[in-house]
Amino acid sequence: MHRLVEFLVGLLFGLGLIVSGMSDPGKITGFLDLSGTWDPSLAFVMAGAIAVGLFAFAAARRRTSAVLGGAMQLPTRREIDRRLVIGSLVFGVGWGLAGFCPGPVLVALGAGYWQAVVFTVAMLAGLALQGWTAKTRQVGAVEG
Amino acid sequence: MTLDWIHFTPWTSLAGGVLIGLAAALFILLNGRVLGVSGILTGLVRAQRGDLGWRLAFVAGLLFAPTVWALFVRPLEARIEAGPALLVAAGLLVGWGSGYGSGCTSGHGVCGLSRLSPRGLAATLVFMGAGFATVFVVRHVLV
Repeated sequence: MHRLVEFLVGLLFGLGLIVSGMSDPGKITGFLDLSGTWDPSLAFVMAGAIAVGLFAFAAARRRTSAVLGGAMQLPTRREIDRRLVIGSLVFGVGWGLAGFCPGPVLVALGAGYWQAVVFTVAMLAGLALQGWTAKTRQVGAVEG
Repeated sequence: MTLDWIHFTPWTSLAGGVLIGLAAALFILLNGRVLGVSGILTGLVRAQRGDLGWRLAFVAGLLFAPTVWALFVRPLEARIEAGPALLVAAGLLVGWGSGYGSGCTSGHGVCGLSRLSPRGLAATLVFMGAGFATVFVVRHVLV
């Protein structure tokens, strides 16, 4: 049951990325290019997602366990530290360079784009590299 | 600034955003997990026994999405300008950065903002700012 739900959630998320245009790097760079001809679409993606997410996380906060059982694993950290800022900065540069972030590149990978294969291998290498160089090892990133 | 009316898709982007939000909603409410793709992948590259199944199931669903889309709607179209060297560099930066910063567009962006998390907001502002600056430099300074 759990595995099926996770598969279907991944599928729904992927379809959302496709419908919204997030899986098209040209759409991403069109949004990030403020001084060119600007495509504001991605702001609408965020608005749609957050409109639903606000209710879901408000409901999740009132629960101690998930509907299908198991603990409600909400992140607890609140501090804005150097790691968060530097990591997000580096991530944003990579995002702007190719127009891919982790979810959309997996969608493009599923569609068979060779560029997505190259990017995904490099991305996983970057993630692994970060884990090896990290002084304090985290057990999974709680925020995602 | 001029608006790109040709590519602007307010309604499908809003609808796609709602689907993304629904996926995040189902994941937290049904399974108690935050839908953050870089976090899910982190657990795959630093594998731990008993923690792989749910990650693999989610990734399989994500990989399967373009097949479903092609079956019922049309083949996925992705405009990818970057060449091999740039893809490798960008991939390394995205991987390292999302690992070090504990999140990406989904975990910090969608879920973080939905949780009204100060960390999510800070991360989103920083990676958006970095993205804007990077595209500006690549398209308007270097060229």
